[in-house]
Amino acid sequence: MRVALFVTCVNDAVFPSTGVATVRLLERLGVEVDFPAAQTCCGQPQFNTGYREETGPLVRRTVRAFEGYEHVVVPSGSCAAMVRHHYPSFGAEAAALGPRVHELTEFLVDVLGVTDVGAYFPHKVTYHPSCHGLRMLGLGERPRRLLEAVKGLELVELPGAEECCGFGGTFAVKNPDVSAAMGADKITNALSTGAGVLCGADNSCLLHLGGMLRRRQDPLRTLHLAEILASTEEEPWR
Amino acid sequence: MSDKKVRASALDEGRRSGDGRAFVGMPSFPEAAHEAVGDTTLRANLRHATHTIRDKRARAVAELDDWAALREAGKRIKDETLRHLDTHLLRLEAGVTDAGGTVHWAADAAEANRIVADLVRATGETEVVKVKSMATQEIGLNEHLEAEGIAAYETDLAELIVQLGEDRPSHILVPAIHRNRGEIRDIFAEKMGSWGRAAPEGLSDTPAELAEAARLHLREKFLRAKVGISGANFMVAETGTLVVVESEGNGRMCLTLPETLISVVGIEKVVPTWRDLEVFLQTLPRSSTAERMNPYTSMWTGTADEDGPRAFHLVLLDNGRTDALADEVGRQALRCIRCSACLNVCPVYERAGGHAYGSVYPGPIGAILTPQLRGTTSEIDASLPYASSLCGACYEVCPVAIDIPEVLVHLRERVAEEGGKGHRLEKAAIKAASWVLDHPNVLAAGERVASATRKVHPKRLPGPGARQWSDHRDLPELPAEPFRDWWRKNRT
Ligand code: SF4
Repeated sequence: MRVALFVTCVNDAVFPSTGVATVRLLERLGVEVDFPAAQTCCGQPQFNTGYREETGPLVRRTVRAFEGYEHVVVPSGSCAAMVRHHYPSFGAEAAALGPRVHELTEFLVDVLGVTDVGAYFPHKVTYHPSCHGLRMLGLGERPRRLLEAVKGLELVELPGAEECCGFGGTFAVKNPDVSAAMGADKITNALSTGAGVLCGADNSCLLHLGGMLRRRQDPLRTLHLAEILASTEEEPWR
Repeated sequence: MSDKKVRASALDEGRRSGDGRAFVGMPSFPEAAHEAVGDTTLRANLRHATHTIRDKRARAVAELDDWAALREAGKRIKDETLRHLDTHLLRLEAGVTDAGGTVHWAADAAEANRIVADLVRATGETEVVKVKSMATQEIGLNEHLEAEGIAAYETDLAELIVQLGEDRPSHILVPAIHRNRGEIRDIFAEKMGSWGRAAPEGLSDTPAELAEAARLHLREKFLRAKVGISGANFMVAETGTLVVVESEGNGRMCLTLPETLISVVGIEKVVPTWRDLEVFLQTLPRSSTAERMNPYTSMWTGTADEDGPRAFHLVLLDNGRTDALADEVGRQALRCIRCSACLNVCPVYERAGGHAYGSVYPGPIGAILTPQLRGTTSEIDASLPYASSLCGACYEVCPVAIDIPEVLVHLRERVAEEGGKGHRLEKAAIKAASWVLDHPNVLAAGERVASATRKVHPKRLPGPGARQWSDHRDLPELPAEPFRDWWRKNRT
């Protein structure tokens, strides 16, 4: 099977390791991966901040970039939700991309039909389900099932898991106090689990939480789900 | 400005303005929230209260296996009614009139206040008792009556706490949610005496003693009052019947004991038939108080001989609602049945508190309703559509399926278009970013420069946006190369 990787702008510039891990994981599962170089950003930050007109060119660019691919895999629930839920308001061509875009865990579980991806990650991990994946895509148990099948991994329940971490795109900048208070509560909950790794499937949330963790010098690191799933006994991830 | 000062000054402004916009002059949401976030007592009160009710609601809703169908039915009934609102309102007016009531139409807060004050004055009375009502708070009725020399006594327990404390409500259903028992005890002990019957000596902060103090204080008012003022949860067009749903029974007292009853109700509260109530009388209590059924449901149709008020007036309030109705995306906010489930699950409300929203409608529903009712010209109203991380928890629980995040984004578009404070700069920045993102070669060049200079990047940055981010968080360490370069080197 051949798929296109939609790496997302945040991963391209700030978290390329998530893109690399996604490629490594998919190839290990026998999937042929393409990276259409015309891709940039899905337009969600512009759209959610109220700049529909400025979003238009990015929607058209994204649609063109992935023309001809039956499956587009994106390691971000938020960007997948943008394409699936908001692209239809930009016309029929944009709407047609929606069903072809799969968030990573959807692709693994629904399209490939796997939950055990042969990963090995001997750490104590807690999982934060980001809001757009949770509520807009309805990812449900998919990430948890994938994590539970990882050899050596101890998955611990995150208290208040379904509460927003406080990132919210420009929300973090427009409402800095409330955003930081939400992030601090999320971190307190994550620390209470005793996990060494706070895992998520959306790096924008991890950018916010990771930044707070580093500022506070807490003994917890953030890691994208793809990087845990990419890790094997032969080739451990970091 | 401290939270109390924010509250007090907003109150003063409201009294002065007298047009019901009781929060004119409020600071923007982020400014108002700043104090609340730092107030540990307030945070603890809100956290405890919202988490308790949110869990109870989830259990009450999970009991019904047809919840999704009820939610969809509620949405449809409201949408279809709103589509032919004029017809249903005229039918309601006929029903109320036939049953011996009088209907008054108020285009805005000032007109509604004037109508009510005239009606009270015509009775010769100088005091009224009130049932908890959002519409009368929206128009600032109490303040208006006070200016006219008429005392309005709130009889809902939480509203009483707010009124005695010279405070503002911070929640739709539990207006004093920001207060704990100790604070309430102090307010009762200190203030009850100057409003009527004083609190008993040595009042403690046990719920039973507090309720008893309120009961004694209020009973005196109920028995004396000749005029009652209420809102309504629903108005049934086919018979002209009004419905009030409540927990304490004080509403029943106000609706039945006084000789004159005046109800001020938003025009969107009409439903066509009694059958429609079947849906809402299930979804409202479960969503709001997590009860299968609320303790008191009062319904009345005009006046009746020998029973209840001799005179009944219904004031139908527009006050911005037809403007909201004209907005294809925004109009869904008019489906709201004021259950407050969206407040109780909202992580922003939990931390910012209700007062920061600068209106009687706080939380997610306030963030989409207030800017539609009042417009987006003031600082607070223009900041409300951004008072959300768009996490979607509100939409998930809303019993009439209002897509609050969708309306928030829609209103952000409106604010951005109007180009108020800060938005012209933002638009320019967004335009520039979009241009770069539409030119992958430029983007890649930028990414490479950022990566190459990463060792010298500071952890904190000055400047708008960047400072707010790096006040609380370290900036990420940038990678050695962007993903697209790794791909080029390793896969092509
Ligand atoms: S918007 Fe929905 S959840 Fe919020 S108060 Fe209104 S009906 Fe309830």
